[in-house]
Amino acid sequence: MLYATGHPDPLALMRSMMRDFQTQHTPRAQAAFPAVNVWQGEDAVALTAELPGVEPADIDISVKDKVLTISGERRPPELPEAATWHRRERGYGKFSRAVQLPFTVDESRVEARFQNGILKIAVGRPDADKPRKIEIKAA
Amino acid sequence: MANQVTRTTDKTPADAPETTYGGRIYRPITDIVETGDGVTLMLEMPGVAAEDVDVTLEKRVLTIQGKVRPTSIDRLNLAYAEYGEGDFERVFTMSDDFDPEKIEAEVQNGVLTLRLPRAAAAQPRKITVKAA
Repeated sequence: MLYATGHPDPLALMRSMMRDFQTQHTPRAQAAFPAVNVWQGEDAVALTAELPGVEPADIDISVKDKVLTISGERRPPELPEAATWHRRERGYGKFSRAVQLPFTVDESRVEARFQNGILKIAVGRPDADKPRKIEIKAA
Repeated sequence: MANQVTRTTDKTPADAPETTYGGRIYRPITDIVETGDGVTLMLEMPGVAAEDVDVTLEKRVLTIQGKVRPTSIDRLNLAYAEYGEGDFERVFTMSDDFDPEKIEAEVQNGVLTLRLPRAAAAQPRKITVKAA
């Protein structure tokens, strides 16, 4: 049986089914922009995001405690007045995305680069967060 | 990476045939604008450098290809992925009056802008109807 029985609360089963129903039907079209890939290593974490058509000057990166926020604006292209649209698939406007990192971010250890529409943010792990080796003393 | 979770938000895999090397092909999302003297296309190709873009206009078929340089970061592994990486390819059938010699292409911040001016002979000419 998929749903465990034996709940003292008769509505628990219904709630659990409702929860499953909701998580399976999260609309993908409303996915957050920009899409972010997360890279992990022993001494650092990196984020990469696709931001085609955004000027580097229009991107803001801020850190507070464990949260890193990427925000900015994608401006529509400048077109002559007589221009008419044939096809409009791209989106424009402001965006913001916050990502929680596994450690408190030290802003001096954040490095960001933007190349060919890909934003790369490398965040170094602070020394205080690294595991420390404990020496065992001879008794 | 076997455990890669790829969710494509903006990127749609193209209907194009598979690549021989197993990479993915995406269809770049595109804005097309008529500007009076021609047509301007703006294609999103994040991760593609200017020298890796290939544009051809043969007969009326405009083919745009972009080779992506896969992101790799020293000593870091991809832990979570919301977007996939792959080459870009899209084909448009244009009207017959563009001059392939005069196409201007420019890549900036991962967006390819193509300007296709109409051939001079194809500029509309008004024909006056004379009264008989």
